[in-house]
Amino acid sequence: MTTTAHPDWATGTVVSSTPVADNVRRIVIERPPRGRAAPGSHLDVRLPIGQGTDVRSYSIVESTDDGSRLTISVLEVPQSRGGSAFMHTLAHGDELPVTQPLQNFPLSVTAPRHVLLAGGIGITALAAMADVLRAVGADYTLVYVGRSRERMAYLDELAELHGDRLVVHVDAEQTPLDVADLVGSIGDHRLAAATELYMCGPIRLMDAVRREWETTGLPPHNLRFETFGSSGWFQPEEFLVTIPQRQVKTTVRTDETLLDALTRAGVDLMYDCRKGECGLCLLDIDEVDGTIDHRDVFLSTTQKTDGRSISTCVSRVVSRTGSAPPTLSLTLP
Amino acid sequence: MAELMASGKVAAKIFPHPLNAWYAVAWDHEVTSKGLMSRTVAGKPMALYRTTDGRPVALADACWHRLAPLSMGKLVGDDEVQCPYHGLRFNSAGRCTAMPAQETLNPSAMVPSYPVVERHRYLWVWPGDLTQADPDLIPDMHQMDDPAWAGDGLMIEAPCNYQLILDNLMDLTHEEFVHGSSIGQEELSESPFRTRLEDDGSVTVERWMLDVEPPPFWRKNIRDRFPGFEGRVDRWQIIHYYAPSTICIDVGVARAGTGAPEGDRSQGVNGYVMNTITPETDRTSHYFWAFMRNYRLDSQLITTQLREGVKGVFAEDEAMLAAQQAAIDANPDHEFYSLNIDAGGMWVRRILDRMLQAESRAPVGSPVGSAR
Repeated sequence: MTTTAHPDWATGTVVSSTPVADNVRRIVIERPPRGRAAPGSHLDVRLPIGQGTDVRSYSIVESTDDGSRLTISVLEVPQSRGGSAFMHTLAHGDELPVTQPLQNFPLSVTAPRHVLLAGGIGITALAAMADVLRAVGADYTLVYVGRSRERMAYLDELAELHGDRLVVHVDAEQTPLDVADLVGSIGDHRLAAATELYMCGPIRLMDAVRREWETTGLPPHNLRFETFGSSGWFQPEEFLVTIPQRQVKTTVRTDETLLDALTRAGVDLMYDCRKGECGLCLLDIDEVDGTIDHRDVFLSTTQKTDGRSISTCVSRVVSRTGSAPPTLSLTLP
Repeated sequence: MAELMASGKVAAKIFPHPLNAWYAVAWDHEVTSKGLMSRTVAGKPMALYRTTDGRPVALADACWHRLAPLSMGKLVGDDEVQCPYHGLRFNSAGRCTAMPAQETLNPSAMVPSYPVVERHRYLWVWPGDLTQADPDLIPDMHQMDDPAWAGDGLMIEAPCNYQLILDNLMDLTHEEFVHGSSIGQEELSESPFRTRLEDDGSVTVERWMLDVEPPPFWRKNIRDRFPGFEGRVDRWQIIHYYAPSTICIDVGVARAGTGAPEGDRSQGVNGYVMNTITPETDRTSHYFWAFMRNYRLDSQLITTQLREGVKGVFAEDEAMLAAQQAAIDANPDHEFYSLNIDAGGMWVRRILDRMLQAESRAPVGSPVGSAR
């Protein structure tokens, strides 16, 4: 129920780690109980990245009643900055710093109709929501999209729990999701204005839904989503960033953010959420050689098309096909 | 499963409150679609209002952004609140619908919206786990709006822990000492009483005073129904407790020896003292009460007289409760001891203790799980 609380770091102990799909492990962590984790909540985990440590967020798939055992699921992403690879090495008895369940994606059980949309590992944020909606007898549909069944965690359990309320789309079986159909069916329903859509998944999917939601004229506040700022339209590439007015010139490695690199280069920048939501870290673009991979949800579609600013905590630049290494030139306010 | 608890474990002086419960937050008429009001329930400040179609809403009284109280804001559109500070808007579900100076909405932006149910002339809110908010758990206070009953009540801002009020209502021996001029009489502490835990989880304390002089309050009431009444009465007090904090007391007098103890109340007058106590903080409570009667239903005069009369009686309780809380706080090293008359109040404490354990809530300094 509560929105974001102050993180209360404690030592978590890994109870078990088991494979549940291709490249996905289910990890159970024990920590001092703080009550049952609400659906939509996540854990922050501190883990080694490069030379230092960094924080990653993982949705809580299951919680015991007292919240002493929390289950997360982690997809190993080869191109990631190293967090998921570390998580996959965890075994029974390992310890790591974790927060209490934090809530940025609360479910409102009272809406007359719910559609939950999970893309791939995004199911981790929505499985607990579907569970609660089923338990309270709410009207809901769980749409689960994946590339192949082998990659889709919890598929059998979900089918058993939710029966006809689970709709599965699998690319490998030529049954991909048609976003226009899905959003159109919500817009055509008699409860269109009161239907809440909760989604979690790759940014391409979420961007497509956001655009369609806007086009269909559905209320923007009924579209609920969570990104941990971790996915983009393109694989991360190394790129060069300059701030001519400060004689700053540095390389943004694939395992760090633009904000990290500029901070490392001695630029004191303002930021807060570090997941592309609040807009505090926005900088004006002077020139770009490459394509901006806007990974934030602060800028509107129009603002992203205009390409005048960039959310430095999550967004990146990639090369256009066949062009030189990408470069970005920024102006400080 | 029954299990013996450490002695004194349920005699805590500052009792924590369950969160998974319906609490009365306001009289129905207090909350309108004209503006917002603020009231705290179980430590949670709430901004209360009605939508333009009359539906009651309880939002957390702190904006998502910088926690400015939404109750200082204004109502806009059909069901929205605008923050008084920076103009963010939230709908009745707590979803942010507008933010200043940006084209998108932050996907995290919302404030908690508490379940609200309008029933028995009160608005009830559920401050705990949303998924357990079943309206069937609202206590039965049907006399409040049943056509067979008439009456009215008020709300007291009581400066004490809610459990002290429950103690007060579960043992009416105190009437002899606190309310000597209205409802007190010495037979109160002389008459036997019976305390039992019912199969439905409620607690009943029943006391009959047979063949006694009616005290002033009851002499007036029985004369309202039987003008010129003279003589002695059989008087009853049957206390019904419903967890966590509702107490409905079946009270009345009938001409002595006319069969009231056996069920024939036709020669008497019957009232129901309706009490539901809402913890505000550990040391303050909203005490909602009403006095309902099942005779002379059409008399607004009697309704007002009874409300004003009970208001005077309850002011005596309020003064005692405030003084008791102050003495508790001034004597931190002193403990509570129990008397035989505390049976009802001690059942209430045990039931509350179990509710708190079920919520895995053992706040620092609470009695739950700590030895005396």
